[in-house]
Amino acid sequence: MKQIAANPVYKFFLFPIGQILLFALGASVVLSLATVLLAYLFKFNVTDFDLVERTMLLLPQVIINGLTIGFVYSTIALGYTMVYGVLEFINFSHSEIFMVGGIVGIQLMAYFEHIGVLATMNEYLVITLAILLALVVSGALAVTVERVAYKPLRGAPKLVPLISAIGMSFFLQDIVRLILSLTTGEFNVILPKFGTFDEFWKIAIPGMEEPLRIQTKSVLIVGVAMLMLVILNFLVNGTKVGKAIRAVAQDRPSASLMGINVNQIISITFLIGGALGGAAGVLFALKATKLDPFSGFFPGLKAFTSAVLGGIGNLTGALLGGLVLGLLESFSASYLGIFTNGAFGAEYKDIFAFAVLIIVLIFRPSGLLGQTVGQKV
Amino acid sequence: MKTLFSDLYKKANTGFWPIVIAFVFMIVGTVTLFQNPRSLGSFLVLMTTPVILYFMKMPMKIKVFIGLLIVVIILPVIGIKNIFILEVIFQMAVFAALALGLNIVIGMAGLLDLGYVAFYAVGAYAWAIFGSKQMSLLYSIPGAAPANAEFFLDARWFWLFLFLGIGLAALTGILLGLPVLRVKGDYLAIVTLGFGEVIRVLALNLDKPINLTNGPQGITPIQRPPLPPEGVLMFFRSFLEPLVGHEVSDAEFYNVMFYFLALIIIAIVIVVATRLEDSRIGRAWTAIREDETAAIAMGIPLVKMKLAAFAAGASFAGAMGALYAANRTFVSPETFSFQVSIGVLTMVILGGLGSIPGVIFGASAVTLLNIQILQNLSLYLSDLRQSDAVIPIINFAWKDLSNQLDPAKYQKLVFGIILILMMIFRPSGLIPAERRQRELGEEKE
Repeated sequence: MKQIAANPVYKFFLFPIGQILLFALGASVVLSLATVLLAYLFKFNVTDFDLVERTMLLLPQVIINGLTIGFVYSTIALGYTMVYGVLEFINFSHSEIFMVGGIVGIQLMAYFEHIGVLATMNEYLVITLAILLALVVSGALAVTVERVAYKPLRGAPKLVPLISAIGMSFFLQDIVRLILSLTTGEFNVILPKFGTFDEFWKIAIPGMEEPLRIQTKSVLIVGVAMLMLVILNFLVNGTKVGKAIRAVAQDRPSASLMGINVNQIISITFLIGGALGGAAGVLFALKATKLDPFSGFFPGLKAFTSAVLGGIGNLTGALLGGLVLGLLESFSASYLGIFTNGAFGAEYKDIFAFAVLIIVLIFRPSGLLGQTVGQKV
Repeated sequence: MKTLFSDLYKKANTGFWPIVIAFVFMIVGTVTLFQNPRSLGSFLVLMTTPVILYFMKMPMKIKVFIGLLIVVIILPVIGIKNIFILEVIFQMAVFAALALGLNIVIGMAGLLDLGYVAFYAVGAYAWAIFGSKQMSLLYSIPGAAPANAEFFLDARWFWLFLFLGIGLAALTGILLGLPVLRVKGDYLAIVTLGFGEVIRVLALNLDKPINLTNGPQGITPIQRPPLPPEGVLMFFRSFLEPLVGHEVSDAEFYNVMFYFLALIIIAIVIVVATRLEDSRIGRAWTAIREDETAAIAMGIPLVKMKLAAFAAGASFAGAMGALYAANRTFVSPETFSFQVSIGVLTMVILGGLGSIPGVIFGASAVTLLNIQILQNLSLYLSDLRQSDAVIPIINFAWKDLSNQLDPAKYQKLVFGIILILMMIFRPSGLIPAERRQRELGEEKE
């Protein structure tokens, strides 16, 4: 047993993958059960059709949608939670770094289309290149932002860097809009059509009339996100840099005394978080197919909610929180309209996320997986 | 060079010189603005006078006299001459009141509220729903209103709703605060941000199942409170008309009335805020802001005091919201976006957290920047685009400048830059509060 635990293949690859799958499965099962229960409760409200049957029919599709968006949220949430772990401050501009990643990715594909090679290139190569470019650009941007707007403020009262981060977020939104509208004339960027990502895999499920339809995109998004999560896990738990990051997060002065270059480690944290955010941006762009400079705001807010939901500062928590929030959002978007007979629709899904955040903060202020920390005097 | 200026300033700041300078600025500003009502420069000269009043040494009585002269007589008269200036000063007043309210929450109690616009929206929608025809349209589809709908309440009810707006917003503040205020500072920022968005989404979507807010189209027309009786208006007309040289219409009287209402609210906010600052509650807020744990140890009821700060800040926004709805006769969810919250935050930060004159200065400066300076810059650029001018060294023709470069559209950029630069170089603001200055460790001037 001990040997298995020490084997790096198990420790850094199989174990985290198992954990992710377990979380995804567990969250889906719990939420599905709750929804079916609600369907029985609300049965009287709907007379046109059998509510329970309709609920069951929609369920697989809803879960798939929820997991897809949930993995994107998880990947963004990791950026928030890493920075929070090290600096104890909310990196408000992370949502813009995510957005920049998405836009850079789309622009690369648009460039390929412009020079006429998009149709002939291997589609997976295009996606990989876009993600790599987004990783680099967003990572570099995150480090620059840290140097310019946060580093001079270390040691200031807590509100000060937070306000600076809000300013940075606004600044980035408008500067991206300015650059886009000066170069292309408009600030919406649209994903060019290529490859076979929009096609559906049809899986017949015994006992159901309709086959289950899974978009290739969804599989791709989940796969890439999982890959990045595993790499991150290895980076944080299996390398020397990761050890240094954890040390700085735990106790900055002591880490500094142990010969760790704290400033460098903080920069690396921003680099990793930003790079993850940028890659998540490309994945989100694949799903949303259209981005503008302001479309980072809501996913960013929800990713932050996920981080809080899981327990901010806790990497596993961010993963779980993202999955739960993605599923919750997908469930509320699909079922709210059906359950209330059309009185409330999918437009309330954003409110739902905040309601969850507030409830979690009331009953478990340190999140689902967070530990309660005593007040320091 | 620097010493030359500071010597000059010291000389100018003694004896009767400050009074002379203030009068010169006021008179030059007024006269030039009177002859050329569209001039931005003259307006800026006039608006510099209050800053001079604040910074230079002169007897308190004279400061108050010149200040009142400008705010109560000169600005309204010039405003009637040029309706645009009245609009600018009304907006300045609205945002000054909002910033003063937010200042209580952030500056005094140290709670970062990023959804302040929600309380403003609550006040505005309260009067919008009851002061328009909306109550009789509850069961009709948005956009398909029957023509014969009637106003639900008489316009005079506005005065009640001004107070009701205060109460409703305070109540909303308490309802939001109760669950949330137990969490730590950074969480509070996000939760309030979310709350602001929730209110906006509600306003956007509550057109079904019953049509309460009329959805994205917004509610219009909203009634205005009645003007003073005809006799009073005639009295004002008799000396205003020869002064401005044209007939004073009801619309202009309305604008002046709203301007004065906003001034009255600002005056009340200032009185309340200054009185609160030195009171038991104010000291408790300061203690909470500095160190929560120590404050609890000293027996300060933490949640109660935080709720009080939230409610006090929210209430002013509620009153301003009702006033805004009546002034515009139109509200829509777009008015209450996140950007407005951050705009108000920028004003507070620019002026100085916790400093009342600073916050008023910040609100005026940012509003001016937004609706006058950026607009003028845009106009100037578009003029340049029409011309054949060329930038000499890099040989760039203005004609080739993209149409997209329109400063008036980039308010967020300006807000962002202000926030970052202020935080890095002067976190206590341009006109800092005394206590803040000590706390943030800047050298004293």
